[in-house]
Amino acid sequence: MSETIRVIGDTLPGADMNAPLLEVDDLRIDFKVRGKRVPAVRGASFTLEQGRTLAVVGESGSGKSVTSQAIMGILDTPPGHVTGGAVRLHGVDLLGLDEETRRTIRGNHIAIVFQDALSALNPLWSVGFQIGELFRVHRGTSRKAAKLKAIELLDLVGIPDAANRIGHYPHQFSGGMRQRVMIAMALALDPEVLIADEPTTALDVTVQAQIMRLLKKIQAERNMGLILITHDLGVVADVADDVAVMYAGEVVERAGIRDTFKRPAHPYTKALLRAIPRVDAIGQELEVIRGLPPNPASLPGGCPFHPRCFAAEDRCATEVPPWVEPAENHGSRCHFAEEVYTDER
Amino acid sequence: MSELIAPSPSAERQASLWSDAFRAMRKRPDVIIATLVLLIVFAMAAFPRLFTDKDPTVCLGREARLRPDTWFTGDHPLGTDAFGCDFAATLVHGTRPTITLALSVIVVSVVVGLVLGIYAGYYGRWVDGLISRALDVFIVIPMLMGAVLILSLFRGRVSADSLMETIAAPAIALALFGWMEFCRYTRAATLETKNLDYVVAAKCLGASDRRIMFKHILPNAIVPVTAVIPTTIGGIIVTESALAVLGIGVQPPATSWGVLLSKGTEWAGGGYVYLFAWPLAMLILTVFAFATFGDALRDALDPKLR
Repeated sequence: MSETIRVIGDTLPGADMNAPLLEVDDLRIDFKVRGKRVPAVRGASFTLEQGRTLAVVGESGSGKSVTSQAIMGILDTPPGHVTGGAVRLHGVDLLGLDEETRRTIRGNHIAIVFQDALSALNPLWSVGFQIGELFRVHRGTSRKAAKLKAIELLDLVGIPDAANRIGHYPHQFSGGMRQRVMIAMALALDPEVLIADEPTTALDVTVQAQIMRLLKKIQAERNMGLILITHDLGVVADVADDVAVMYAGEVVERAGIRDTFKRPAHPYTKALLRAIPRVDAIGQELEVIRGLPPNPASLPGGCPFHPRCFAAEDRCATEVPPWVEPAENHGSRCHFAEEVYTDER
Repeated sequence: MSELIAPSPSAERQASLWSDAFRAMRKRPDVIIATLVLLIVFAMAAFPRLFTDKDPTVCLGREARLRPDTWFTGDHPLGTDAFGCDFAATLVHGTRPTITLALSVIVVSVVVGLVLGIYAGYYGRWVDGLISRALDVFIVIPMLMGAVLILSLFRGRVSADSLMETIAAPAIALALFGWMEFCRYTRAATLETKNLDYVVAAKCLGASDRRIMFKHILPNAIVPVTAVIPTTIGGIIVTESALAVLGIGVQPPATSWGVLLSKGTEWAGGGYVYLFAWPLAMLILTVFAFATFGDALRDALDPKLR
């Protein structure tokens, strides 16, 4: 794909190459359920720079997948509605673009890899056809050239005997191989941003590590921006550069990965890290976060995490905590961010 | 690295829904007989000269109403009709209008049904509302009654020269009341398919709505639709002959089996039963063959019945 010289301005009018690659700014998404508005994302903000990997971590229902859907522009509307904020690609707000322009951005600029690769591949077409289709439709490549490109891509994602495997159907591949095919499809049009939505959840542990390494390798080779959406901090530890921790529809902590692991500034992150099983903690009881994630239809007042927080005080139930930065490039939405950061709490 | 030891693909038997269905159908004697009957009927429609050397339009008044010879020998194996035309030739040449009409109606119905069904299912909302309500309106009117109403409007106004023109009016009328079943099947299949991950994934890779509909959703909707096609063709042939009996089907000079049947009824009581019995036999045999074939196809395509 090196011969494809991309001119961003062609498909993204008004692009500013000095602006961050992808910027999610105060994104708000509501779901209308039986006439009631339920907030799913309540002002999420994070920035993805070119050549970096951002892990978006959170429990089920924290709004991480909905955020990625809004970035892709595939949010089911209704019931989901973006009610505020912006998603900027090279400074261009994607939410303000018409559907036709957004369509050209999908695949060309931003691509996504889903969790379950079996259901994300059409069972009726061979994988070669599905990959080649991208070149033929988007690039007008001939059938023969598209096939060669598809073989090249399958080879790139580490599928052995790619030239023969190209005619095979998704059910003839194992789980890990299918996820590789999915990654190949997402990479086909050489996007600048790749979103991987829990890419390894459906795979067994050894294959998980392979897929993660593959994503990391490709991200580095192509100098892409990679967003890893996951609920597993352990999986992203040696792959991500930055972490955004989401809870109840907001980003509660944002920092570099080393900083986050060493000195978390939000009690939720701290509790999450303590809940990871460790080999060197044999015989000790595994810590858990008490309680359940809140129902987005009736969030607790003040800080939404306060009923489950080990550091909570009375004011947490009434006052919404501000965004504070106890260190450079390390932000947290907690009244006691400084104290958590310095490990006084 | 379990994934590296994937089974050698070349050794695998190529199995698809269609080839499995074909394999299952090939084993059933009733399907083989039905297929043979249909092949003969199609051959009659395509190459009538293979089956008769007489011209059905050359009729001699002095040869009118000759009863068939025993064992189908002699000059007129099936006798002659009221105007002295060779009845075997008339019957064989009547196959083409009958089959052409049935096939045109089914093609139009399937195409209209598929397109409307997929649009209704994919876009939902007001598109679905509009198409579904139109479908409701058409579905409450029985095909025969609707066709009678439409054709009564056109009656006598159409001057027909070629085959397509003679069958155009009944074909349009029947297709108008024949697309609904295909539309419903397609809509249901589309609703089932459109939220599957691979459709969303295609969308994420920048596929257009039309590409998603016709490359990713339609291939899934084709199966249930295919299964009802042969049976529906049988139904169309029957309805056409009913229209012919009412005098509003295929217009002379073209003769469909329905037209022959209708003419035959006038003479059957007077001792010329063969003028009625032969077209009826052809009709029943063909419809039965379509129904048998369609039934077997539906069974073969339904994985739950395997």
